[in-house]
Amino acid sequence: MMEIWEQIIESVIMLKLNKMRTGLAMLGIIIGIGSVIALMSIGQSSQKAVQDRIQSLGSNLLTISPSSQRSGMVRGASNVTTLTLKDAESIASSSEVTTVKYVSPEYSGRSQIVTGENNTNTSIIGVEPVYTEVHNLTVASGSFITDAQVASMAKVAVLGPTVAEDLFGDTSFDAIGQIIRIGSQNFTVIGITTAKGGSGMGNQDSQVYVPLSTAQKQLFGVNYLSSIAVEANSAEVMDQAVNEIGYLLMARHKFTDTTKVDFRIQNQEDILSTVTEVSGTMTSLLSGIAAISLIVGGIGIMNIMLVTVTERTREIGLRKALGAKKKTIITQFLTESAILTFVGGIIGIIVGISASYVYAKVNSSIFTVSPSSVALAFVVSVAIGILFGWYPARRAANLQPIEALRYE
Amino acid sequence: MNNTIIKVIHLSKIYKTEMLETIAVDDVSFEIKKGEFVAIMGPSGSGKSTLMHILGALDRPTKGTYILDGENVENLNDDELSDIRNRKIGFIFQAFNLLPRTTTLKNVMLPMTYGGVPKEKRTEIAVKYLQMVGLGDRMYHTSNQISGGQQQRVAIARSLVMDPALIMADEPTGNIATAQAEEIMAIFQKLNDEGRTIVMITHEPDIAEHAKRIILIRDGRIVSDSNNKQKRFSSSTSDKANKKQLLEKKI
Repeated sequence: MMEIWEQIIESVIMLKLNKMRTGLAMLGIIIGIGSVIALMSIGQSSQKAVQDRIQSLGSNLLTISPSSQRSGMVRGASNVTTLTLKDAESIASSSEVTTVKYVSPEYSGRSQIVTGENNTNTSIIGVEPVYTEVHNLTVASGSFITDAQVASMAKVAVLGPTVAEDLFGDTSFDAIGQIIRIGSQNFTVIGITTAKGGSGMGNQDSQVYVPLSTAQKQLFGVNYLSSIAVEANSAEVMDQAVNEIGYLLMARHKFTDTTKVDFRIQNQEDILSTVTEVSGTMTSLLSGIAAISLIVGGIGIMNIMLVTVTERTREIGLRKALGAKKKTIITQFLTESAILTFVGGIIGIIVGISASYVYAKVNSSIFTVSPSSVALAFVVSVAIGILFGWYPARRAANLQPIEALRYE
Repeated sequence: MNNTIIKVIHLSKIYKTEMLETIAVDDVSFEIKKGEFVAIMGPSGSGKSTLMHILGALDRPTKGTYILDGENVENLNDDELSDIRNRKIGFIFQAFNLLPRTTTLKNVMLPMTYGGVPKEKRTEIAVKYLQMVGLGDRMYHTSNQISGGQQQRVAIARSLVMDPALIMADEPTGNIATAQAEEIMAIFQKLNDEGRTIVMITHEPDIAEHAKRIILIRDGRIVSDSNNKQKRFSSSTSDKANKKQLLEKKI
C-alpha cells in the first residue's frame, strides 16, 4: 500500500502533465467557492450594516406611536392625535412602570427651512434634552437643546450635518449662531449633531431638532405627540416594559380590550429581527445560487475525471497487472480529484475574499469574512472532490486488466 | 521444496455470448518446472493469448485448476489476483507498457510501491536491475526519450524487481527491430541461466527458438510439447536455419 504522501506527490505529477485540463476543471470549483465566499460575505456585511444602523438609533428602544383603534382600516399615524405629553410624563413618573430609564416625547413634522440663499425641506423634530440619551445622539459642535429652552419655548435649532451642509455649504462649521427660517419664524442655530452615516427615511443626519414646546405651539400648532421613545433598563426587561407601558396607557386612555387600543408599542428588537431575517433570507438565497454553481463545478470535475479514466485506461490496466488493488486505484483517482478541488478551493477562497474586499471598498461598506464561511467552503470543496471523484474512481478500479491493456 | 512453478489441470476458458459459445482454451493440462524457459507458440486465434492471461493471473479459467508456485489461483477475487501478480509474476508486454512521461527509474519502482517494499530499498533495487539490463545511464530519461529496445529492457528490469517466481513475456520482441530483439533474447537467456523461470508467448519461430521447451497451441489445445535444443549465440547459421525449418514444419 502506498503511503498517502507518495500518493499525493504522484497525483500532483499526473495533474501537472495536463495543465490545461487541470486548470479548466479547477475553474468550476474556483468560481463556485469564490462566489459562495463573496456572496456570503457581502450578505453578512450588509446585514451588519443594517443592524448597526438600527442599533445606532438607540439601544433597548421602545417606540410608542398612536394608532387608530378602528381595526381593518389603514390610517396614517400622524393623523391620530391621542398621544400627549401627559402620557409621556405619566410613563416617566408612574410607580407601576419600573423598567424604564428614559422617556422622550417627540413631535415630528416637515417644513421648509430657508437661509439667505439656500433652502431645504426636511423633517423637524420637537424634542426634549433626554432625546440624546435615548437615541445615542451626540453634538459635534455647539450644544443640544436644554430644559430651560424647552420651558421657555426658545426658537433655537440643532441641525443634522447633512442639513447644515445643505444650508451653509462649505461654511457649515461656523453655522452656529446663524439665523435660519423654519416656516415663517427665525431660529438661532445652537448646534450641529455628529454624523451617523446612512441614508433614506429617518436618517438622523438630515433632521433638525427644536424644543418640543416650540415645535408643538409655535411651528405646527398641535398639542399632541407623534411618538414617545422609551429606553428600557436592559434588553431583558423589554417585554416587561412593553406590558407596563401598555397597561398604563390603556388605563389612561380608558381601554379594556388589548386588541382595541389607540396606540402601538414597537420594540426595536422586533424591527431588528425582522430586518435581520429579511437580509438573512437574501444571504441564504444568494448562497443557494452560489451553491448551485459549486455543484456545477463538481459535475465539471466528474466529467474531467471520467475523461481522464477513459484516456488512461491502458495505464490503469498496467497498474492493475503490476499489482495495484482496487483500493489503490480508487485512492489514486480520488486523490487527484480531491487535489483538484482542494487547490481550486484555496484559489476560490482567495478570489472570493478579494471580491468581497473590492465590493466593500467600492461601496464603502464593512468588509467582513467570517472564518466559518471560509471553513465551510473549504470542507465543501474537498467533499465535492471526493463525492464527484468517487464514480470515476470506481470505474477505473473496476476495469479488468486484460481489457484495459488491450484498450487502444 | 516444490519445484513446480505452473501446474494446470483440465483448464478451459469458454467465452459465452447470447448467440454462441467460443472455447478459447480447451481442456489443457501441463506443468512448468522451476528454471524452465518455455515458449508458447501458435497462430493468432489459437488461444495462446487467453492461456497467457490465465497463466498471468490476469483472467480466471472457466473450468479446471491452476496452481501457481504452490497457490491455487482459479478462485481468487480481483484484489487477491492483483496481489498474486505483484508477488509472483513479472510481466513483459509487447507494447512495453511503461508509464508515459515518467522516468525509467520510477517505472521500474512501480511494482515495489504496490508490493509494500520499504521506500529506502526501492531505489536501490531498481538501480540494480536497471544496471543489469544495461540502462544504468538512462535512469532519469522518461520513457518517450528512449528507443523501443531500451523501453523493453526497462520493462524487463521492472518485471524483476519483486523477484517473481515466473517471468511472463507476451510477444516481447513484437514491437522492436531485429537487432534489438536479439539483445532482448540474450537478456532472457541470461536470466534463465541464473535459474529464472520464463514463459514467453510468441508467434515468431526465430524467437521461440531461444526457449528450452516449445508448446504449440492450436484451437485451444496443445498440439505439441517438445524440448528444444536451445539456440545459443554461438550456434552456427546453418544450425539456425535447420531449426527454423523444423519449427515451421511443426506449425
